[in-house]
Amino acid sequence: MIRLVEEKKVIITNKTGLHARPAAQFVQKAGKFDSKIEIIFEEKEVNAKSIMGVMSLGVGRGNEIVIRAEGDDASEAVKELVDFIEVEMAKEDEE
Amino acid sequence: MILVKGIAASPGIAIGKTFVKKDHKIEIDKKNISEDQVDKEIEKLHSALAEAKESLQKLKEQTAEKMGEEKAEIFGAHLLILDDPEVIPAFEDKIKDDKLNAAAAVKEVVDEYAAMFSAMEDEYLRERGSDIKDVGMRVVKILLGVEAISDKLDKEVVIIAEDLTPSDTAQFDTDKVLAFLTKDGSRTSHTAIMARSLGIPAVVGLGSKLIEKAEDNIEIIVDGNSGKVYFSPDESTLEEYKEKLAEYKAEQKRLETYQDKKAKTKDGTEVEVVGNMGNVNDINPILENGGEGVGLFRTEFLYMDRNQLPTEEEQFKVYKEAAEKMGDKPVIIRTLDVGGDKDLPYLDFPEEMNPFLGYRAIRVCLERDDIFKPQLRAILRASQYGNLKIMFPMISSLEELDEAKLIVEDVKKELKEEGQQFNKDIDIGMMIEIPSAVMIADYLAQEVDFFSIGTNDLIQYTVAVDRTNEKIASMHTPYHPAVLRLIKMTIDAAHKEGIWVGMCGEAAGDEYLIPYLLGVGLDEFSMSAVSILKTKEILSKWTVEEAQKEAEKILKLKSDTAVKSYLKTIEK
Repeated sequence: MIRLVEEKKVIITNKTGLHARPAAQFVQKAGKFDSKIEIIFEEKEVNAKSIMGVMSLGVGRGNEIVIRAEGDDASEAVKELVDFIEVEMAKEDEE
Repeated sequence: MILVKGIAASPGIAIGKTFVKKDHKIEIDKKNISEDQVDKEIEKLHSALAEAKESLQKLKEQTAEKMGEEKAEIFGAHLLILDDPEVIPAFEDKIKDDKLNAAAAVKEVVDEYAAMFSAMEDEYLRERGSDIKDVGMRVVKILLGVEAISDKLDKEVVIIAEDLTPSDTAQFDTDKVLAFLTKDGSRTSHTAIMARSLGIPAVVGLGSKLIEKAEDNIEIIVDGNSGKVYFSPDESTLEEYKEKLAEYKAEQKRLETYQDKKAKTKDGTEVEVVGNMGNVNDINPILENGGEGVGLFRTEFLYMDRNQLPTEEEQFKVYKEAAEKMGDKPVIIRTLDVGGDKDLPYLDFPEEMNPFLGYRAIRVCLERDDIFKPQLRAILRASQYGNLKIMFPMISSLEELDEAKLIVEDVKKELKEEGQQFNKDIDIGMMIEIPSAVMIADYLAQEVDFFSIGTNDLIQYTVAVDRTNEKIASMHTPYHPAVLRLIKMTIDAAHKEGIWVGMCGEAAGDEYLIPYLLGVGLDEFSMSAVSILKTKEILSKWTVEEAQKEAEKILKLKSDTAVKSYLKTIEK
């Protein structure tokens, strides 16, 4: 059976946090999924497909966020986005 | 002549005429529309958005061609804003609910976002408020039918602006830009980042005085190294800077030739000139400046500005990246050196009377397996991807060294049992930064593959001078005869046991001291990337024999002032 709601905690480890380039790539990845996807950070919730929303969180290095998805592809979405943060973003440092 | 000081954002010197980028103020008529006009305004909005996207796409391609894909990505982010599932509905809602015309609606939403960003704590994010403004103005201009103004440059100029958006910077013909000056901004603003990647000098954050003085076609000097800007300079300043500029250009050109050359003395003896790094972003500058490896990889950055220890996995990724980027070139990873002046709040160390003589560096690691082992595991696992070496900081006795080495053996055993790959013959070295270690360097040398002299701490502990205390800063000098002797003792003891010695403190890149260091037999010089080429040049002017002779003389000098003035007389 397909799980409709999926969420996972993840710690941001790259130097610049979820800013500019990493944020743009993150949002583009999120945009590929049909599910509604949210990032929850310090009691704020934003649309993970919104670049301005994601940047406005000001998520920095060492912060823990929750990624929550709701929809048919929720579990793939969470998996791919967490993976992006843990693997690709960790490599990507500005300048 | 008027001198204005700002933030040095991109190095270099420029002398030329000013070009003031006018901020073409756009008046937006805020109109209230009637219910039946709503659909039409929304339609106008969407066609403007489409047009804006098209022009951004073009700008992105042009920038990619001029400055590379990476710099073009900012326009990718701008494109994303125009597709933002929160922003676009916000534009529409302003039209629908507040009955605003499209241009005013866009302006209001953009201003709200910009205000939110400008209130953020993080300097980098504060600057990002300018992104949405940049995008917003693009849409507004289309809505109002105002042509996007492209400033045509017909000669080389120094650009002066309140602030430069990425769109602005991309529109300039950068071959004609001698320097950028802005009223606002910081080292992380777009102007600064772009200027550095284009190699154009820039001074930012000059404040309103800049704009007051700004007129087209004024003679101006920009010093991107010090952040000084001279309007209508007097003759002598102009002469001084003309000379500096000529010297700077000549030096750049001369030093470039050392980029791909192996560091060699005049008689062809090879020495190693490598870089110090504080984080992964330092790797490229080291390579670009002809560094032959990394002599000191300070790992503290992995542990700072966060709330808990980094995981093994996090560290592994960073070490692996360093190993892969440097290829065959050696990367010496120094294990964690905290305590002293580097505090990690989450480790909750008690406050100390004498932190530099206290619980720090290897002393912490030997007691805390939960800190030391994950780091060693991460280094060892990453060692299969390149040429990594391990180095322990602050070793003061043989026991400490033995203990640290035993833990490495433990970790190797664990990894082997787990079936993990690693370089089982990884070189292990230690820092020489405590006089006691120098005195027993002969014993220590039998236990390690290399030494690296950390001059900053060695001076501090030898001369008993707190290196963070500005009042006694002049006492913290590598020219003290005691320090020079300790350096020689270390190298002699090491060579007797057949191991090599590097130096990773400031002194290794000290132009005047290099001949002495060469003369007493230093094998590896490790410094910040910017000093590498210069050091290679200095080394190329000396034969080992000449340097040895001078070293002998220097060792007979009785005071740091005598050493300093003598070193200046032998400079080539």
